Amino acid sequence: MNLTLKIWRQKDSNAKGQMVDYKVTDISEHMSFLEMMDVLNEQLVNSGEDPVAFDHDCREGICGMCSMYINGEAHGPDRGVTTCQLHMRMFKDGDTITIEPFRASAFPVLKDLVVDRTAFERIQQAGGYISVNTSGNTQDANSIPISKHAADEAMDAATCIGCGACVATCKNSSAMLFVGAKVSQYALLPQGQIEAADRVRNMVAQMDLEGFGNCTNTGACEIECPKGISLDNIARMNRELMKASI
Amino acid sequence: MALNSKIPEGPIKDKWTNYKDHINLVNPANKRHIDIIVVGTGLAGGSAAATLAELGYNVKAFAYQDSPRRAHSIAAQGGINAAKNYMGDGDSTYRLFYDTVKGGDYRSREANVYRLAEVSANIIDQCVAQGVPFARDYGGLLDNRSFGGVLVSRTFYAKGQTGQQLLLGAYSAMNRQIARGKIEMFNRHEMLDVVKVNGKARGIIARNLITGEIERHSAHAVVIASGGYGNVYYLSTNAMGSNATAAWKIHKKGAYFANPCFTQIHPTCIPRSGDYQSKLTLMSESLRNDGRIWVPKNIEDAKALQQRKMKPTDIPEENRDYFLERRYPAFGNLVPRDVASRAAKERCDAGFGVNATGEAVYLDFASAIERYGKTQAKIHNLENPSKEKIYDLGKGIVEEKYGNLFQMYEKIVDENPYKTPMMIYPATHYTMGGIWVDYNLMTTVDGLYCIGEANFSEHGANRLGASALMQGLADGYFVLPYTIGDYLSNEIRTGKIPTNTPEFDEAEKDVKERLHFFINNKGEHSVDYYHKKLGKIMWDKVGMSRNEKGLIEAMAEIKELREDFWKNVKVPGNLYEMNPELEKAGRVADFLELGELFAKDALHRNESCGGHFREESVELDGEQKGEAKRNDKDYAYVAAWEYKGEPAAAVLHKEQLEFKDIELKQRSYK
Repeated sequence: MNLTLKIWRQKDSNAKGQMVDYKVTDISEHMSFLEMMDVLNEQLVNSGEDPVAFDHDCREGICGMCSMYINGEAHGPDRGVTTCQLHMRMFKDGDTITIEPFRASAFPVLKDLVVDRTAFERIQQAGGYISVNTSGNTQDANSIPISKHAADEAMDAATCIGCGACVATCKNSSAMLFVGAKVSQYALLPQGQIEAADRVRNMVAQMDLEGFGNCTNTGACEIECPKGISLDNIARMNRELMKASI
Repeated sequence: MALNSKIPEGPIKDKWTNYKDHINLVNPANKRHIDIIVVGTGLAGGSAAATLAELGYNVKAFAYQDSPRRAHSIAAQGGINAAKNYMGDGDSTYRLFYDTVKGGDYRSREANVYRLAEVSANIIDQCVAQGVPFARDYGGLLDNRSFGGVLVSRTFYAKGQTGQQLLLGAYSAMNRQIARGKIEMFNRHEMLDVVKVNGKARGIIARNLITGEIERHSAHAVVIASGGYGNVYYLSTNAMGSNATAAWKIHKKGAYFANPCFTQIHPTCIPRSGDYQSKLTLMSESLRNDGRIWVPKNIEDAKALQQRKMKPTDIPEENRDYFLERRYPAFGNLVPRDVASRAAKERCDAGFGVNATGEAVYLDFASAIERYGKTQAKIHNLENPSKEKIYDLGKGIVEEKYGNLFQMYEKIVDENPYKTPMMIYPATHYTMGGIWVDYNLMTTVDGLYCIGEANFSEHGANRLGASALMQGLADGYFVLPYTIGDYLSNEIRTGKIPTNTPEFDEAEKDVKERLHFFINNKGEHSVDYYHKKLGKIMWDKVGMSRNEKGLIEAMAEIKELREDFWKNVKVPGNLYEMNPELEKAGRVADFLELGELFAKDALHRNESCGGHFREESVELDGEQKGEAKRNDKDYAYVAAWEYKGEPAAAVLHKEQLEFKDIELKQRSYK
């Protein structure tokens, strides 16, 4: 198929960006979206132009690196996938596709479609861990039985890949789904209880400091989340925060 | 230089304990004055950085991604082995050690493998304490599953995302140390050379991938944990950015490169669909617990499948060839990866492939769904359940075990694997070869360490499933933090290493010259053009099956391609900006050298062992007819190559392998 691409181009974080039109031809429906972008970039390199910078790495939906806002949706029109898992069969011949970076004031653009998500790093550093030494001299793993239900729920929360689609999708640029998922993972496990109050307070404080907005319960983040992280995690985070403040 | 593996004396069971009891330690007050650089933040690098920082050293960690959490360890699916014997099925440290040495086709170092098996149980304790949500049974205890090449269930898992959860565990330990200021994290940085001062590794030259600035970083020791070199094949299950640059740079500065030809081709990957393909996707080996691998018995059926005139479900049971179960009744679908890959290739080469390209076999879950469905019906006291009911119940169990993998398959291939068998084909996945290290994990350069997939490691000529995660975390959490202390105990009086010395000047100059060359060279072809060509040579001539003629040709072709690259490569943009094409150019330049050494190593090793299959070395008769033939008399050694200016000129050093605790046998899975 032949497509028109409208892509955000921006030289660096200080430059002013703009949408630029490109044409690609002979795109196979079996290609992944990023393979289509490879075709475009090969074309640009061969014609002596600057290729479009975009983040990507594992190309199997788990590293969380890819981050495109396609036709007004984080990771594009398909559900439960990252951009790298989106396939061209979701589009048709003659389509015009708009491609922008994940936009949020806490995610400044570094170049073209690449954004700086280190705000997420600082939130994790504020408390996204259990303070246990890595000596291996802990108790036997089976000495802490954990109900299958709690373990499964913690696992569902821990599935978050930290891509930032929730922030890009939210009209308030809220990071509550991301933070809620991490808070929940530990809140659901006995190992995480000891520091639970400090953890949620510190992570939420850092989240606010980074300039992420608040949650107004539109639920858009849950829909666009490639890993199906549930809104329940935000509710749990709020409960944990409430508990921590009494 | 003669290789000294520094294996401690004494019985194998006591080596590690005795070693730890007698090494030199650095006192806590002195650790504060010692800097360590860790390059790479996957399971090995991440766990090492966290642990070294926790011990009190000042750690500088480097990742090319925007966060340590994105290292490719994250993509490991199936699980992590540990000799816990929670299942009571006869597992033990010795058995894990034995399975690993045998699975590696007797080309690994006994003492290292035993140590790995020994610390494996600690890893699980450690990860649970960190909040890693491993799968559990209804009693609340940890669940296990089985992987290829073993007869016990010792694999711990977190759905099909075990690597993700373990990496997030190591990442959380890193975050704790970053918050305390003990780790300084350099995201979006790439190491472009190591700096040696008086023969010791004293720092690195790195490029800031956002601004393009070239930076100098010094330390008392440098740890390379940059992963494997599978992307030398262009198409592999590695991440797009996975590269061998850090490992290759240290090789050129004196670290020997061991067994480059030992590369794992994983049997269960999604087949390629066209020339535009940028990478291949793995389907976890854990699927072979329940999936049965087959092709049609009749060539006519295969032809009809290839032309899409028939569906796999049209082929009745009696016309299916479950070739792994047929050839290897003892292990069946759970034979080791190298054996499974070659068997699939053999069937496809004989014309029995099942997709349009003839390069795919089926992985079928129908009988597992039925089996689970019947068990569930019994558990739920259903009398005479309908076929549909059994299917639904069974599907539920399969979904719980492998749901994310099935979803991934469906998204890529656009077929529902619950209804129709998956199609799979082997692809490059892991590299057992890598930088040679001694028992301390130190390379042939003082103060330069190499851990995880980047070193030549404990997996010999073939790695067993769920052992990569185990090795990465063992190296990082439990081995390196001890062994490095022995070396650093001599560095407590050294003081801060300055970066304004001639050694740093020269290393930086070389790095800059090379980058300027790329930017200024007005060539004709993109970097990918060369990478794809290299990949094709590697896959066709240094792939799953190798012979003398092909390997000689491959060496010449790679050399020619490399020369053309240095004349005609075209890199857009500038040095001092974010420039992904420039990053790729440097990596492909290194692959173009490594590929030739790889072929040279494969050529010199005229035996078949593990992932390295030489057509000249097969069993000619008896029960093992057609199977790989190892040659212990001539090749029971580690081939460690010393760089001498050109890959073809590399000099071979042999570390003879001694097997005192395991008898050398033909590896039979029949």
